[in-house]
Amino acid sequence: MAGSAKRRAFVDHAATAPLLAPAREAWLAASESVGNPSSLHTSGRRARRIVEEARESIADDLGTRPSAIVFTSGGTESDNLAVKGLFWAGRRRLGIDAPTVVSSSIEHHAVLDPVEWLVKHEGAAAYWLDVDSRARVRTDDLAGFLSENAERTALVTVMWANNEVGTVQPVAQIAQLCREYSVPFHTDAVQALGQLPMDLSEVGATAVTISGHKIGGPVGTGALIIDPYTTVEPVAHGGGQEREIRSGTLDAAGAAALAAAVHYAVEQQGEHARHLASLQSALVEGIRREVPDAIINGAEPDDSITHGERLPGNVHVSIPGAEGDALLMLLDAAGVDCSTGSACTAGIPEPSHVLLAMGVDERTARSSLRFSFGRTSTMDDVHAVVEALPGVVERARRAGSVSASVHTSVGAAAGRAD
Amino acid sequence: MQPPDGPIDAGYLMRVIAALSGGVDSSVAAARMVDAGHEVVGVHLALARSKSTGGRSRGCCTIDDARDARRVADMLGIPFYVWDFSAEFAEDVIGDFLAEYEAGRTPNPCLRCNEKIKFKAVLDRALALDFDAVATGHYARVLDGPDGPELHRAVDEAKDQSYVLAVIDQHQLAHCLFPLGDTVKDEVRNEARERGLRTASKPDSHDICFIPDGKTADFLVDRIGQRPGRIVDSASGAELGEHRGTFTVTIGQRRGLDLRTPGEDGRPRYVVDVDQSTDTVYVGSADQLDVVALDADHVIWIGPGLSGDWREVTAQVRAHHPGVPARARMVDAALQVELLEPVRGLATGQSVVLYDGPRALGSGRISATGRVGDAATV
Repeated sequence: MAGSAKRRAFVDHAATAPLLAPAREAWLAASESVGNPSSLHTSGRRARRIVEEARESIADDLGTRPSAIVFTSGGTESDNLAVKGLFWAGRRRLGIDAPTVVSSSIEHHAVLDPVEWLVKHEGAAAYWLDVDSRARVRTDDLAGFLSENAERTALVTVMWANNEVGTVQPVAQIAQLCREYSVPFHTDAVQALGQLPMDLSEVGATAVTISGHKIGGPVGTGALIIDPYTTVEPVAHGGGQEREIRSGTLDAAGAAALAAAVHYAVEQQGEHARHLASLQSALVEGIRREVPDAIINGAEPDDSITHGERLPGNVHVSIPGAEGDALLMLLDAAGVDCSTGSACTAGIPEPSHVLLAMGVDERTARSSLRFSFGRTSTMDDVHAVVEALPGVVERARRAGSVSASVHTSVGAAAGRAD
Repeated sequence: MQPPDGPIDAGYLMRVIAALSGGVDSSVAAARMVDAGHEVVGVHLALARSKSTGGRSRGCCTIDDARDARRVADMLGIPFYVWDFSAEFAEDVIGDFLAEYEAGRTPNPCLRCNEKIKFKAVLDRALALDFDAVATGHYARVLDGPDGPELHRAVDEAKDQSYVLAVIDQHQLAHCLFPLGDTVKDEVRNEARERGLRTASKPDSHDICFIPDGKTADFLVDRIGQRPGRIVDSASGAELGEHRGTFTVTIGQRRGLDLRTPGEDGRPRYVVDVDQSTDTVYVGSADQLDVVALDADHVIWIGPGLSGDWREVTAQVRAHHPGVPARARMVDAALQVELLEPVRGLATGQSVVLYDGPRALGSGRISATGRVGDAATV
């Protein structure tokens, strides 16, 4: 097939990142020895030592204490544990049946869906915080809500940085507000880790989600970093590992690899962010030059270093008149791997809830692409995208004009069917 | 690139969308396109969004089928995408299906899907994305004729699907590839097995894909609601039973009527007529079902159509119907067909496809039928 011999430009690091050598080495070294970290014998203690050293390493790197680290299988599990676990604990603490979960309309589905599940099955109330046109959560909205409803709020959960448009949220301010009202605050830091400075002792969140594979660790590793003095109900019950918060045999090799990846991410963060920002501004400049009517969504990219309102590795663009999935397919054929937003299981594109929350209309939302840079990205990747884009956009727009009439009828059909 | 060594469109390499349903036929069709040297991209159509069809794999929109389609593309080494036409399918196929039944007609959703989705929306999108053609696993042949491409019956007459394809015009047909048209089904299965395709032993799908349990009447009652009425003997006027809605029965139907009393002569009784205005279903004997003439609208010609002069043709009125000798002509925008052998149990809404030998000339939707003893014109 055409393009197979050519080097591919992988510009989808927000989906998953290549495994880092130190993480691979840590995993392989730990996997050499047998032993369940919960066993009392010598082999068990040896495995346990690997886990505990990993725990300390992550705590040191992120400015927290080892007892706060709960190892999980990744971001989705950590988010579920935080949202459901803090909701159930909050229900008991507050002594009311139907406490409120406060969240934002731009969360990842790993937060959105647990909140909606709690509403549907556990009688939770949900309060969705407004975002502005850059996808930044309005803290005055939160302050207003908490000033009247803190005593019936089980938790607040707002992501550190958005996975689609890369907008960085005012998490320190949100954490401060929550502390004032004694409401637990969880933040999903999956996309932020490695791209933004992250000192958890400064932020003061109750619980923080991190994931291994977004920073070069293995898929299936992650942690919920949760204040050890906050009660959280477990989601998975069993052997009582991880302070009875997360049962299941501890994954010593995974913990070691995660620790190696976190260490690398934190140590290299400043330099890495500058590298990403240079690629980001080159790509934005190239897109604006080649597709002048393209819309860059989210916070101004130039702010990424100085003001920190956008992840330096993220470029999110809407191309009026073209459909995201046509653009993706044509870029794929041209050797570029990117995304239309967050991947979904069936491969069926939905308009992004993040863009809709920002006030983008459905048609424009469907015409969007996300490019995300990471550890292995180079200027060659930027050039590959910029070179391919004009032809791809022109062709996708031709296809878009064909289906324009189709999508007019889509709305009518959806309205009638429901 | 090497010139293709396969029999298909030899000498011209194209960019082809292979529609992968997840079944054995479309798998082999795509494989043959790859062998022929074309640049092939696999596309699975998301037509229905219901998750309730998991488990047994039936029809063209189950989770298993989507997965199988993806795995076939993997094995062939071609890109794979899911194209979402579920909204269009809901409106143009399911919506039309319900509206037709509500109006007292019996539609064929497969023809509608081919007309509006597979060879319209999908083909348009493919062409706009600079593809040259769409290839499917249908059993039919496209042959060059003096007036452009012609649609012909498949070599495997038992599997021939030209009937359900006779809703696409010549412009569309020029961009259609049916790589299985010259092969019999057994050979296709063998070929799938030889190629190691995991779809080789999948059963054929027969049901309407959006009614996986095959219970069409229940589906209609669910969507349209009950409109109960009487079942009446067409000769005596005697009331014999009730029905849930005239749309739950079809002209020619014999079973499932749950009639109270046996027929006077002991012979089986069939639905012979439906009166929408009074919600009445009439039953009678088989000979009352013999249709000898029909009118059709919504006429689509594959090439130059019929004129006002009578022409000898073969008329096929169902997917699995051998066709009967007939003569046909156009009267204004309507197609008029006289069947030289009567056809039993023909309902309005069904499609009639006219053939000249193996060649499908075009199709129309039956708007009126004339039976033995009716006036000559319908």
